Amino acid sequence: MTSIQIIFLLAAAGTLAAGVFVVSSPKILHAALWLIVSLFGIAIMFALLQANFFAVIQVVVYIGAIAILIIFGVMLTRRIMQDTGLQLTRFWWGAALASLGIFAGLITMLSGWKAADIALPEMSSSGTTQAISQLGQALVSPDAYVLPFEAASILLVVAMIGAIYIALDRK
Amino acid sequence: MNFWNDPVNFIGQWLGGLLSGLGLAPSLVNFLLSLLGVLVLAMGSLLFTIFLIWYERKILGRIQDRLGPNRVGPFGLIQPIADMMKIFTKEYITPIGADWLPYNLAPIMAVASVLLLYAVIPFGNRMVGVDLNVGVLYLVAIGGFGILAIVMAGWSSNNKYALLGAFRVIALLVSYEVPMVLALLVPVLLSGSMGMSAIVQAQAGGFWYLFVAPLAALVFFLSSIAEVGRAPFDLIEAESEIVAGFNIEYSGLKFGFFYVAEFLHSFTVSVIFATVFLGGWQGPGAATYPLLGFVYFIVKAWIVYFVLLLFRGSLPRFRIDQMMDLNWKVLTPLSLSLVVVIALVDKLLANVSLLVRGIGLLSSSLVVGFVAVEIMRQAGAKRRREVAPAFEHREAASGSAPVQPGSGGGL
Repeated sequence: MTSIQIIFLLAAAGTLAAGVFVVSSPKILHAALWLIVSLFGIAIMFALLQANFFAVIQVVVYIGAIAILIIFGVMLTRRIMQDTGLQLTRFWWGAALASLGIFAGLITMLSGWKAADIALPEMSSSGTTQAISQLGQALVSPDAYVLPFEAASILLVVAMIGAIYIALDRK
Repeated sequence: MNFWNDPVNFIGQWLGGLLSGLGLAPSLVNFLLSLLGVLVLAMGSLLFTIFLIWYERKILGRIQDRLGPNRVGPFGLIQPIADMMKIFTKEYITPIGADWLPYNLAPIMAVASVLLLYAVIPFGNRMVGVDLNVGVLYLVAIGGFGILAIVMAGWSSNNKYALLGAFRVIALLVSYEVPMVLALLVPVLLSGSMGMSAIVQAQAGGFWYLFVAPLAALVFFLSSIAEVGRAPFDLIEAESEIVAGFNIEYSGLKFGFFYVAEFLHSFTVSVIFATVFLGGWQGPGAATYPLLGFVYFIVKAWIVYFVLLLFRGSLPRFRIDQMMDLNWKVLTPLSLSLVVVIALVDKLLANVSLLVRGIGLLSSSLVVGFVAVEIMRQAGAKRRREVAPAFEHREAASGSAPVQPGSGGGL
C-alpha cells in the first residue's frame, strides 16, 4: 500500500464519518461544523487526484463562503441553538432502506465501470497549469459550456436580485 | 550546486544523503525532510513573532511620545520573552457551558491559518515550500479557516458578547475579502499565472506591480489591513462596545494564541504584499545568490510592515457603517472597474516593449483613480449640500453662531 492509498483511505473514512455526524448530531451548529470537515475531506480527494485548482476552489467556495453563511444563518435564527430533540423520525427504516438501495445501485454500476481499472497518469506541474487554462477556455467557448455557464450566472443574478428585494426596507 | 547558489536544496541533499546512509527508505527520508522543512518554517515564524511584538510596542511607543519597553534586556528586547513566560504560567479558565472541542480548537486554528500561508511564499530563488500553481487562490482559501476559527471561538464560548464580537469581525472579514480578491486578480492578470513564484519571476528587472498597478496595490493594502483587523479597522477589539471581542472567554496561552495569530498575520500580509506587488526577492544579484534575495525580501516586507504600524499608530477608528461604506461603495466598485480596465489595456499592449506596457498600465490606473476621486468628491459635495441647510436652520433657531457652509455632514 502506497502512502497515497493510506491518505485516501483515511480521508474517505473521515469524510464519510463526518457526513454521518452531520445528520446525527443533535446540535445544529455541530452539524454545520461536521459539514465543514466533510467538505474538507472532499478537497483532499481533489488534491489526491492532482486537481489543485478544484481542491482550492472547494475550500474557497464551500468552507470559506457557503459554510460560513450556513453558520451565520444558524446563529441568527432564534431558539435553534437549544434544539436537542431526537434525530430519528418514525420512518427512519424507510430512509435507511432507500439509501441502502441507492448505495447498492451505485456499487453495481461502478463495479462494471472500465475507467476504474486505469491507473492515474502522473501529471507535471505545467500539465496542471494547462488544465486550468483549458477549463477557462471551455467555460467561454461556444463549442463547450458557454450556455450552461451563462445560464448559471443568470440564475445567480436572479437569486441576488431576489435576495435584495426580500431584504429591502420599504418605508 | 553549492550552498550559495541553492541553499535549501543543498542542505536537503546533504541531510538526505546522511539519512539514507543510516539505512532509511527513500520515501521515509523524503517525509522526514518535508517534516523538518515545515517545522523550521513554522517555528521560525512563531519565534519571529516575539521580535515583532517588541518592535511594534517600541514603534507605537515612539509614535505616542513614550519610550516603549526598555527595562528587560538591552532596549527592552527581552520584554516579550518575559511576557511569554508569564502567559505560560496563567491558569486556563473554561466557561460553564462552553462547547469543549470547538472552544479548544479555535485558537489552534487561528494560528494554523496564518502559518499555512507561509507554505507558498517564495523566500528566495528556489527557496519556496510548495510552488503551488494556484498559490494566490490558496492564500484566499486559507483565509477562510481564519474566519472559521473566529466563528468557533465566538460561538463556543457561551457568551453573548463573544458572539456579538464574532459577528462583527466576520461581517468585516467576509466583506473585505471581495476587494482583496479582486485586487489580487490584477497581478494574476499581468503575470498570467496564479503561482507565487511565477508572479515574482514576472516582476524581474524592476517591473514591480506597485509601479505598474498602484491602485490595485492600494486596494489590496487597505483590505489586507481590514483582514488583519488593525487600526483604523480594529473592530475586533472594542472595549467600549463589546467588552473585548470574540476572545473574551479565553485565558492563558489560549488567549496568547489569538494574540500571536494577530501579530503574525499582520506581518504575513506585509510579506504577501511584498511578494505580489514589490517583486518578492527580486533585486540585483538575487537570482544567483538566493540568500541575498531573502534579505531583500525581508527588507521589503519590513518596510510594508512599518507603514502598517504608522497607520495603526496615527489613525482613529472607523465606525462600522463607515467601514462597510468604504468597502461596498468605494473599494469594491473601484477594484471591479480596475480589473476590467487593466485586462483591456494589458491585452491592447500585449505586443509592445515592457516599458511602454508599464507606462500604459500606470496611466490607465491613474485615470481610473482620478475618475474615482472625482465621483467621490461630487457625491460628498451633494451630501453636504443636502445636510447643510438643515444645520443652518437648527443653528439659527438655537441662537448660536451660524455654521460655515459645507461643514456639516461630510462623506
